[in-house]
Amino acid sequence: MSQAALVRTEGRSRRDIAIGIVFLGLALLIVVLLPRGTVGMKSTFVLTSQRAGVTIAAPDLIFPTDIALYVLGGIVFLATVWQLVRGFERVNLVVAGVVGIGILAFLVWASRDKSINMTGMLVSSLVRATPIAFAAHSGLYSERSGVVNIGIEGMMLAGAFTSVVFASVTDNLFIGVIAGIVAGMVLALLHAVLSIRYMVDQIVSGAVIIILALGLTSFLQRSVLNIYPELNQPGSAIAAFPIPVLWKIPVIGPILFNQSPIIYTLFVLIVVTRIIMNNTRWGLRVRSVGEHPRAADTLGINVFRTRYISVLISGGIAGLAGAYMSIGAAGRFNEGMTAGKGFLGLAAMIFGNWNPGGAFFGSLIFGFFDSWQEKLSILQVGIPVDLLGMAPYLATMVVLTGWFCGASQDAGGRRAAVREAVT
Amino acid sequence: MNEGKEILKDSETQEEEKRNILQRLFVRRGCLQAVLLPFLAVLTAFVIGAVIIAVSSPEVLTTLRTEGLLNGLGAALNLVLESYVALFEGSFGSPARILRAMGSGEKRALLDAFRPLSESLVITTPYIFAGLGLALGFRGGLFNIGAEGQLFVGGLASVYVGYSITGLPWYLHLPLAMLAGILGGALWGAIPGFLKARTGAHEVINTIMMNYIAFRLTDHLLSGPMARPDGLPITPEIATSAYLPALFSRPMRVHVGFFLALGAAALVYWFLWKTTLGLEIRMVGANPHASRYAGIRIAPTIVITMALSAALAGLAGTSQILGVDHRMVRAFSTGYGFDAIALALLGNSHPVGVVLASLLFGFLRGGAARMQSIAGVPVEIIRIIQALVLIFVAAPEIIRGIYRLKVAREEERVLMRGWGS
Repeated sequence: MSQAALVRTEGRSRRDIAIGIVFLGLALLIVVLLPRGTVGMKSTFVLTSQRAGVTIAAPDLIFPTDIALYVLGGIVFLATVWQLVRGFERVNLVVAGVVGIGILAFLVWASRDKSINMTGMLVSSLVRATPIAFAAHSGLYSERSGVVNIGIEGMMLAGAFTSVVFASVTDNLFIGVIAGIVAGMVLALLHAVLSIRYMVDQIVSGAVIIILALGLTSFLQRSVLNIYPELNQPGSAIAAFPIPVLWKIPVIGPILFNQSPIIYTLFVLIVVTRIIMNNTRWGLRVRSVGEHPRAADTLGINVFRTRYISVLISGGIAGLAGAYMSIGAAGRFNEGMTAGKGFLGLAAMIFGNWNPGGAFFGSLIFGFFDSWQEKLSILQVGIPVDLLGMAPYLATMVVLTGWFCGASQDAGGRRAAVREAVT
Repeated sequence: MNEGKEILKDSETQEEEKRNILQRLFVRRGCLQAVLLPFLAVLTAFVIGAVIIAVSSPEVLTTLRTEGLLNGLGAALNLVLESYVALFEGSFGSPARILRAMGSGEKRALLDAFRPLSESLVITTPYIFAGLGLALGFRGGLFNIGAEGQLFVGGLASVYVGYSITGLPWYLHLPLAMLAGILGGALWGAIPGFLKARTGAHEVINTIMMNYIAFRLTDHLLSGPMARPDGLPITPEIATSAYLPALFSRPMRVHVGFFLALGAAALVYWFLWKTTLGLEIRMVGANPHASRYAGIRIAPTIVITMALSAALAGLAGTSQILGVDHRMVRAFSTGYGFDAIALALLGNSHPVGVVLASLLFGFLRGGAARMQSIAGVPVEIIRIIQALVLIFVAAPEIIRGIYRLKVAREEERVLMRGWGS
């Protein structure tokens, strides 16, 4: 809707006021609603990490619930005033910060007279964010070259399935991961051939990939894996690899430096992708192909070849994401185990404005919402588990409105470019 | 001599003219290929499906290894034949049994013999509704992947009205329950429609998110607020006054909903091609920019299209609840909403095409269970065949390449555009 885009860019002030009002509502929620009945209660954030029998000690954070809520609410209130009176320059960052404060306030409230292990929560957020972040990067490579790829979900499933089978047969997790990557690339090749060579609508082609992968993996699980269960036993999941010295740092160590090698791969991928897209000749060509294929073609860039390569990379990353979910985390394959992670990744990519760092940040938010269901059900906050489980999907929908972060000229331009490339 | 040649030539030209007329009749309108291409797509998908069945069967592979190539191929052929015969008998009923029942004339035997046919029609019913929903969306340029979620919400709404209200006569209760299902579905679809019209958020991702939210909502409602008193995750049974009446006695489950679905197809056709709003929806689908200049308000049209599309999907759930299940369980839909994507594409987003495609897949699904129990081929093969059919329908060049068909003049089809459009 270019009409909506116009409204978005011209009506900035109206949008700023709207954001201010949302801030105000949040501030009132934190200051008025949450502190009710919490007088004299204390919240405890445990920072000590206990995993696999190894304890990395850190002092607990203990503070009065109501005072903490008033402080957090006060910060949001100040942000509201500034937003309504003067307006923030970089409003996207502020929105992200305020959302963070809101979540923090919720956690403070949820842990009244109880304790939450914050380190554990951050670890599980990162673990759950990993497949989403991979999916976001998968989408990034493809879309930067002008091919919409909603088939990531299917490529992840294929990667998850194939990696389990290969890891079980060869008893080698590394070969399993490679096989998963290849499986993702095979489906990506199908997507590329359909959408680039046969000019099939990219969305239809992506939907076909999903249906095909879902059907094939479920079929093969029932006709093969269920009969030969040893094919679905890749052994224990890929072990965490502590980085020497660094992993013993309290709080940061368990979160960042004692994780699966695939998570380190993700960190590398984020940096490498950023460098490729901003500083290398090939990356700039990919972007030019995505943003203005005709101009790129005139300059002598092979549009089709660039797109084929980008979509194949996209598929490989998606396959890796699937491999992480099966042999990297779950240790086996289950039907439909990706459960919409590919789509969450696409939303994270849009949230991050098609940039690696932003996409990773978006994935972390989704990962957090994904992990809080089990954490909060332990605390018994009085909200049904299934409703808490809606959070990542609702967050995706809010992000997709582009209301908070899609308003920059840059993103508008990129959307238009993708649109042009598609039609 | 000359005369003879002349006559020969004449008959040749006449022959050619005749062929031309035939060609003009069929090819120029794209009629022949419009029928031929989907047919070949389905056929090819079945052939590839046969290969997958054979390759994934452990027995066939063992035979191949121990008894040589020829025996292996024989075993593969045997398995495929057995599977597809089971598929046929499971969907239409076994011809021998039907003949025997007709000969005996016993009512019970007849009902049993025709039961597979009835079961296939039972599956076809939600397929038609959901497929029509998808087709309507496609015509309006919208890709409503959320049919599955809309089906769940429609089912939830209708089952709630069905069991919570009692004592109404059927001519009030049944329409009320159906209306609830329609509204529930429409609401679930109108939300992504509104988001698209207002902010440009792409409906594909939003409808998928609404799917997951609908599943969670169902889990939540079935595990507490709407659960049966004994606490099982099943809703109470609806009042008989809200039943969609069955056409025959048990065990035939085919119900009035099948004819309602056919009626809905006619209604959708009338709506899309004979009403102003339908024209506007198709215009927005074909070219939103041009239709804006023609004075059509795009945003409301998008919301209406999504709501109508979702209402039909909601009806799919409603018909299943009111006609077959009479209560709601978590697994009441086995992916009808997802399959509807394939139905709409295969049916070229035309109501008649959708009905035919739904019959095809309904009968496939109906037979698949028998195929699984007799030949040991998992039901999921149907989904693979669906995906293959979709590929071939979406990229007809592949089929043309395989069967060396010439390109017929085709009307340009706009299914949807990219992000944020």
